[in-house]
Amino acid sequence: MASIQITNLSKTYPGASGPSVADINLSIRDGEFIVLVGPSGCGKSTLLRMVAGLEDITGGEIHIGDRLVNRVDPADRDIAMVFQNYALYPHMTVRENMAYGLKNRKTPAAEIEARVAEAARMLELRPYLDRKPRALSGGQRQRVAMGRAVVRQPAAFLFDEPLSNLDAKLRVSMRGEIRRLQKRLGTTSLYVTHDQLEAMTLADRLVVLNGGRIEQIGAPLDIYHRPASTFVASFIGAPAMNLLDAEIAGGTLRLGTVEIARIATAAQGPVSLGIRAEDLSIATQGLPFRLDFIEELGAQRLVHGHVEGQPLTLSLSPDIAISDQMHLAIRPGALHLFDTNTGKRLSLPESERQQIHAPA
Amino acid sequence: MNRTNLIDHAVLILATLFMVLPVLVAIMTSTHTAVDIHSNGLFLTPAGHGAETYAAVLTRQGGFTGQVTGTRMMINSLILGVGFAVGKIVLSMLAAYALVYFRFRLATVMFWIIFTTLLLPLEVRIMPSYQVMSELGLLNSYTGLIVPLLASATGTFYFRQFFKSVPDELLEAARIDGAGPFKFLIDVLIPLSKTMMAAIFIIMFVYGWNQYLWPMLMTTDERFFTLMRGIKQILQVWVGSQIPDYNEAFALAVLALAPPVLVVVVFQRWFIKGLTESDK
Repeated sequence: MASIQITNLSKTYPGASGPSVADINLSIRDGEFIVLVGPSGCGKSTLLRMVAGLEDITGGEIHIGDRLVNRVDPADRDIAMVFQNYALYPHMTVRENMAYGLKNRKTPAAEIEARVAEAARMLELRPYLDRKPRALSGGQRQRVAMGRAVVRQPAAFLFDEPLSNLDAKLRVSMRGEIRRLQKRLGTTSLYVTHDQLEAMTLADRLVVLNGGRIEQIGAPLDIYHRPASTFVASFIGAPAMNLLDAEIAGGTLRLGTVEIARIATAAQGPVSLGIRAEDLSIATQGLPFRLDFIEELGAQRLVHGHVEGQPLTLSLSPDIAISDQMHLAIRPGALHLFDTNTGKRLSLPESERQQIHAPA
Repeated sequence: MNRTNLIDHAVLILATLFMVLPVLVAIMTSTHTAVDIHSNGLFLTPAGHGAETYAAVLTRQGGFTGQVTGTRMMINSLILGVGFAVGKIVLSMLAAYALVYFRFRLATVMFWIIFTTLLLPLEVRIMPSYQVMSELGLLNSYTGLIVPLLASATGTFYFRQFFKSVPDELLEAARIDGAGPFKFLIDVLIPLSKTMMAAIFIIMFVYGWNQYLWPMLMTTDERFFTLMRGIKQILQVWVGSQIPDYNEAFALAVLALAPPVLVVVVFQRWFIKGLTESDK
């Protein structure tokens, strides 16, 4: 068990024009569950693999506990990794798979057996201990992979998209299992995923990566409610946050011809306006909305349409009647403003905003 | 799937006969006496002289020195075949391991150099090889028979392709599990390439077993004669009015056929797996 300290970390692959990962500063507390999330190619796996020692570090430092591990062999970093495709040794039984790492570390046989038995009990793998991986289902294989990590009792778990190869239903239940296991063992964990839902549900803290850089670090709900940029806003949350081209003129936020809110700011000019789908509701007056189509999700429905020529999605309860032309109201305090050029969040004190229900 | 019909079967039966008949003729003919064969030609029916012919072939001292028996030749052939197969597997596996898993300069160049030697048959380099062995004083020895032919581009190529198909995560998992390069080879790669090894073993065993030119050059001492040479030897005794020992030649041919067939039968399940299955 240990903290992980990442300082100014960067990685440039030989022959590449720019760094794949740059300026990473991250401090992970002991026992914390950190999820690295981002679209494919954002460098999240590279970052994880550098912590694991599977990729060389171009610049910066990684400390696990008090130890600088930049040049330490993966085997000696006291970490265990769970891979996307499980990476179980196909010719070994479940028991041998779990014991292999311990055997290589010259752990006494009695202790290996005890630890494997304990992990098997915890992960409900006892009936399968003498089977080969190919005789197991995807979920069971993933549990074996986790068991292999657990028996090592490492300072940190590293998960590289461990649930991507499972079907949707299994993914949800395994997600719960990983969370429960981590809580119970209290082992520091670093988890990579491209699935924002997985990220939201698992993380103590989320790290959103984009283009090899950290876009935002924070607790899942903080990030959800206060995304630091348009990228984070559109990446975290399903459906994605609506981003509309709006304008501030004379202390008023306008969307096309419609006035949305009064804002006490000296700023002028175009901004990106972000609104979550669930922060919109149907009203007798407000934003004029033209319906395109509806996606039924059961508990709710996603209504897609246009406002002032810009696409917009809202999430409504299925029992609300819908017509082709409607007016929308925005929940007070649910506006997110972003700089149009940089995409960065514009912070405006909540009290200075005032909702207007302007006539259409 | 189509229903099989008469023509399908006829084609298969014809093809099978085409392959099997010559072997059958050899087996049947070897049970007749030499005189019988000389006057009546080949046979498709058995006769009663099989046991004595095979016993004679296996135990009678022959050759110029009168010291070499069929059994001796068979043992020599086996040593050559197994030595070849095992040696080639070990050597080409190690070469492929280095090529795939170790990043060193010129690895690709080396691979292509090895690969191009596939194009050169043994006959091209047979004189230099002989020269080297002769100067090392290895003529008339098993070492001299086996070692010069051990380098195998085919084997290296097969193992390289196989190692490349092993997922990288397996190597990474092993690294995190604390397995060094040697342990990874022994604990993971070798168990995984069992089928591959079986396939190469068959190919190389048959190749070694069937060697004719190289043993003929390398060995003058009859104690090192292989079966392939023995068959030739028997037919060379066409002197005067003596009838060649056709029956013994056929018996030797059948004996020469048996071990490779046995190897193929035993290993064939793995063999097919090894050549077709890319993962695991």
